[in-house]
Amino acid sequence: MSETVIRFDNVSKEYRRGQIGGGTLREDLADWMEKRSRGDDAHKSGDRFLALEGVSFTVKRGEALGIIGQNGAGKSTLLKLLSRVSAPTSGTISFNGRVASMLEVGTGFHRELTGRENIYMNGAILGMSKREIDAKFQQILEFSEIGEFIDTPVKRYSSGMYVKLAFSVMAHLDCEIMIMDEVLAVGDMAFQKKCIERMAGASKDDGRTLLYVSHNMNTIRQLCDRCIVLDKGHILYDGDVEKAISIYMQNMSESRLSYDYRNYVRNCGSWEHKIAIDSLEVLERDNVVLKAGETLKFRISARALRDVPAMKLRLQVASIDGVVVGTAFSDRDVSVREGVSFTAELKFSACGLSCGSYTCVLAAFEYNSVGETRRIDYIEDALRFEVEDKELSWDRNVFGYVKLTPLVVDSLEVEGRLS
Amino acid sequence: MSEERFEHVIDSRRNGKLLDLAELIRYRDLIKLFVRRTFVTQYRQTILGPAWAIIQPLFTTVIFTLVFGNLAGLSPEGVPTFIFYLAGSVLWTYFSGALTATANTFVNNAHIMGKVYFPRLVMPISTVLGQLISFAIQFVMFLGFYVYYLIIGSGLAPNLWLLMTPLLILHLALLALAVGIIICALTTKYRDLLVAIRFGVTIWMYATPIAYSMDIVPEGLTWLFMLNPVTPIVVMFRYAFLGVGEACTMYLGISALSTALLMLAGLYLFGRVEKTFMDTI
Repeated sequence: MSETVIRFDNVSKEYRRGQIGGGTLREDLADWMEKRSRGDDAHKSGDRFLALEGVSFTVKRGEALGIIGQNGAGKSTLLKLLSRVSAPTSGTISFNGRVASMLEVGTGFHRELTGRENIYMNGAILGMSKREIDAKFQQILEFSEIGEFIDTPVKRYSSGMYVKLAFSVMAHLDCEIMIMDEVLAVGDMAFQKKCIERMAGASKDDGRTLLYVSHNMNTIRQLCDRCIVLDKGHILYDGDVEKAISIYMQNMSESRLSYDYRNYVRNCGSWEHKIAIDSLEVLERDNVVLKAGETLKFRISARALRDVPAMKLRLQVASIDGVVVGTAFSDRDVSVREGVSFTAELKFSACGLSCGSYTCVLAAFEYNSVGETRRIDYIEDALRFEVEDKELSWDRNVFGYVKLTPLVVDSLEVEGRLS
Repeated sequence: MSEERFEHVIDSRRNGKLLDLAELIRYRDLIKLFVRRTFVTQYRQTILGPAWAIIQPLFTTVIFTLVFGNLAGLSPEGVPTFIFYLAGSVLWTYFSGALTATANTFVNNAHIMGKVYFPRLVMPISTVLGQLISFAIQFVMFLGFYVYYLIIGSGLAPNLWLLMTPLLILHLALLALAVGIIICALTTKYRDLLVAIRFGVTIWMYATPIAYSMDIVPEGLTWLFMLNPVTPIVVMFRYAFLGVGEACTMYLGISALSTALLMLAGLYLFGRVEKTFMDTI
């Protein structure tokens, strides 16, 4: 049990700010000319930022390590480095054994191929040979609950089936290290439960090592026996799960009035990044503690990276421990041309939310005449606020997250009134 | 400070090895599956299916025969114009297809490569192999016409160089792979190369005796044309099957040498970008 399987040694990762994308030859030539004429590299250094800075830790065999932290804390970067999708700028990462990473559901699934073909495809991508997949095929099929649809192209699957199949392949891989990035947030409740049990079993009984990133503290509690809190690329805390969660919560509930998303690395695997929301600023108040029914006003500034004929915004509100409570959609749409910057002032009413801390996903989406929507920007943990309600003490575990409209007492007849 | 030894160590430096063959072999099942996937998904839900593979070179050949053969008179005497052009365009269709697809490797597969690790070379290799399936179909078509012309007796003079055919195809595939991964590595930095490659391939075709025969090239310039690594392959192929032109063994050797050099350059450039291209693409 004491054997070290993963070691991060002073690992840093640098990204270029702003436009992440290949330059063109002309731009590079222009850059080069500029550099020559100025004779320095100074204008470049401002464009870079560190997603991880001097991170060191080790993981032992069979450990289930949770990784939590705010947006841009470097969680996803850390997993990307370990799954060898990208390389660190400095420092070394060492590990033993096969790494199965699931940074997104259904990596490598091809819509035209059937479920069966995709199982083989996905297994091979994750490093299994055909023979190994043959041996596991029946297990995967049973776990996935796909049944007779296994020979149907996955483009005809519902999103739930898609997720189930993808997770099943992942869960049955022969690997020593499993990396998961919040994949459990999808699928129905029963299947989620099954997945968690499966993963917990994999780490406790089979001695596999698990790294799990989530915003949902409940799954972290269920799965992990150790937890790292990341903050702005540094390790803030490494150790006991409950302690880590409380540090994270404290860190989360610091109220901020303005947010800058220019460094935020979008995780756009399945959608196109057409709008870049750059910043958010809370207006007309010096705190974000809302009394029941109060309204929060804020302004966002954004840029259009592509033409978007019709877009709206939505604010997905989740409680601080990761349970999604509800979503507010903007009531007007806007159309923007590529390259245009715009700002919008928005009002959000916290009406109905029970007291406690909340974190919001800010998303932009486009839609067409038949009502199909597609996300074009998505920022997790984009805004945080608190709701205060002095009237009653509220126990979330019993009452839930939403305070419904009052139970109106229409008439009341009391026989022996206490006076 | 640590006594443990680790199987994998990741850092910012490039791999010491130019080519990790052992790892590629471990992933051979993935290569097979990618090849299959490319081929299957290309033709699933199309009416004509794999027949599409035949249509393209056939059309090109018909046009070459009409325009360059009949009007401009660029084909050699003694063999049917059609089979002469078909031989060239079957080879070129493969080469240009494999080259273009390989060059697009990173851009087309960014969604998979951004999520999970596998040896990056798996992608271009399976692309080049996948294109071989289409080539096989086209080659069978070529053989069909070829046998027809042999039977009606139209001056074709096949010879023992025919035995070289598999090697010629391998040579062509390696050349496409080498040039493809060079462009692929450069496109991670310069996306506009992808636009340039389209007309680059067209220009390359006219620098290769596909639409004409080497006979019309002025004597003094032959060596220059032959330095184009594709040219000796095409000339040799036509010589073996049709008996036109000559067996240009020396130039074929030079072509093999330049292919090897291009491959080394390709592997070097590819190795330099494969670790970090996800950050820039």
